[in-house]
Amino acid sequence: MSVDQVVVLGVGMHPWGKWGANFAEYGVVAARAALEDAGVSWPEIEFVAGAETVRNGYPGYVAGSTIAQALGWNGAQVSTSYGACASGSMALDAARSRILAGVCEVALVVGADTTPKGFLAPNKGERGDDPDWLRFRLLGATNPTYFGLYARRRMELFGATVEDFAQVKVKNARHGLANPNARYRKEVSVDEVRESPVVSDPLRLLDICATSDGAAALVVCSTEFAQRRGVADPVRVAAVSTVTPKFPNAVIEMPNFATDSAVAVPPAPVSFRDSIARTAYEQAGIGPEDVDVAEVYDLSTALELDWYENLDLCAQGDAERLLRDGTTTLGGRVPVNPSGGLGCFGEAVPAQAIAQVCELTWQLRGQAEGRQVEGARVGVTANQGLFGHGSSVVLVR
Amino acid sequence: MTTTARVPAIEGWFTLDDAAPRLLGLKCGECGTVVFPPRALACPNPACPATDLASVELSRTGTVWSYTVNHYAPPEPYMSPDPFVPYAVAAVELADEQIVVLGQVAGDPSTLAVGAPVEVVLDTLFEDGEGEHVVWKWKVVAGEAGA
Repeated sequence: MSVDQVVVLGVGMHPWGKWGANFAEYGVVAARAALEDAGVSWPEIEFVAGAETVRNGYPGYVAGSTIAQALGWNGAQVSTSYGACASGSMALDAARSRILAGVCEVALVVGADTTPKGFLAPNKGERGDDPDWLRFRLLGATNPTYFGLYARRRMELFGATVEDFAQVKVKNARHGLANPNARYRKEVSVDEVRESPVVSDPLRLLDICATSDGAAALVVCSTEFAQRRGVADPVRVAAVSTVTPKFPNAVIEMPNFATDSAVAVPPAPVSFRDSIARTAYEQAGIGPEDVDVAEVYDLSTALELDWYENLDLCAQGDAERLLRDGTTTLGGRVPVNPSGGLGCFGEAVPAQAIAQVCELTWQLRGQAEGRQVEGARVGVTANQGLFGHGSSVVLVR
Repeated sequence: MTTTARVPAIEGWFTLDDAAPRLLGLKCGECGTVVFPPRALACPNPACPATDLASVELSRTGTVWSYTVNHYAPPEPYMSPDPFVPYAVAAVELADEQIVVLGQVAGDPSTLAVGAPVEVVLDTLFEDGEGEHVVWKWKVVAGEAGA
């Protein structure tokens, strides 16, 4: 199945950091940057697709209209999407669907967040019917708890070592050195990772991404709109995958207490995480061998290795080899996280999936100064939001 | 003299039988799918139309799928002891139910290993004016650790 493609006309970001400002301020900066990059004025935008933040009160729940109002009401139609870390892809999918349906020609996609210090935590109050609240209450199961479980499992099944995990951090820290939007721009050594405090054994502080403030935005449009603007050979969205798991999901996922039971139905041959990119590849009519560059969700260093396999860049159990032989380092066959990834950015939840698309757009245009993947024409993003949200975008040029 | 009341940290997820506690799930009478925690609105098997699930006791023992030891105090609503004490969380496979269930680990986490046999026990989650709040935990079956 191959579908029509929409054009990424402009991209923009507000640098990641701990700036302490209102999330909408960041969103406005990113939106203006994307509009300028696209050569589109704000009043021309027909549809605003916001990605929601749950940490900033009511304005965050209606992020699309909050940012539209901050830019000055222009009468555009609006939506706001929430899928945790996958929110940005859902927002992009909303805009893309409207453009493909022919009811809109040009849209703004935007996500922004202001995060508290430390662990991401559930909403306040006694919330005994909310699994996200209960996992903290009954288990002390923070997000890194789940990352630690996956990392230990990887060591047990595939012989991954804590040095491998540290090497992911070393690689991504080097990739992000020249990225003006990255929060951490500093080389990190294996010893520094290994000497940082243990958070969720076997993972240490420098294995786990921080939480950050930041914003990212896209201007997307129809092929005809881009042609009228005289944009030749633009970056195009070849696929957006927002799949959910298929029963029974045999892998323990945030914020769950248990997996599905496979006693009545055997687990699907394709796991949930495998299905995320597989659906995107199928939609784009490409295969993993076509991918030149990938941006994946390295919430932990060990998780980046899982993604190599989920993206079919290698067989299961081969990710450590790909890392060790330099395949996924800048200059290798398929660099992963040339932006520096979450290791250099920290997570700004509703902005992150959009930021992945910004990076790939710069990469495919040849504008990723200091971190360019030479000749990149096909890029893929991957991430996953808790409560069963897949997210993968394929960009081509 | 006062005795501390023992109260479940959550109602209906496990039995309060100290000697041999059991996790409580739901079971579909039509397709046999088991659910934990016992909160499904209907059978989660999309091919099964059943909406009426019956309470079921899950297996007392399983094997460790993976585990981690947390060295930082989680945010609220976790009720951390002061000073904070690191704690282990294990994901445990139950063979009969073909399900993996999380739980904190009771006892010494140094005996944990992937594949180690564990059993369900009741243990203190936290204490407050209301009493001792107990929760299910996984405990390595003595003498059989390691795999």
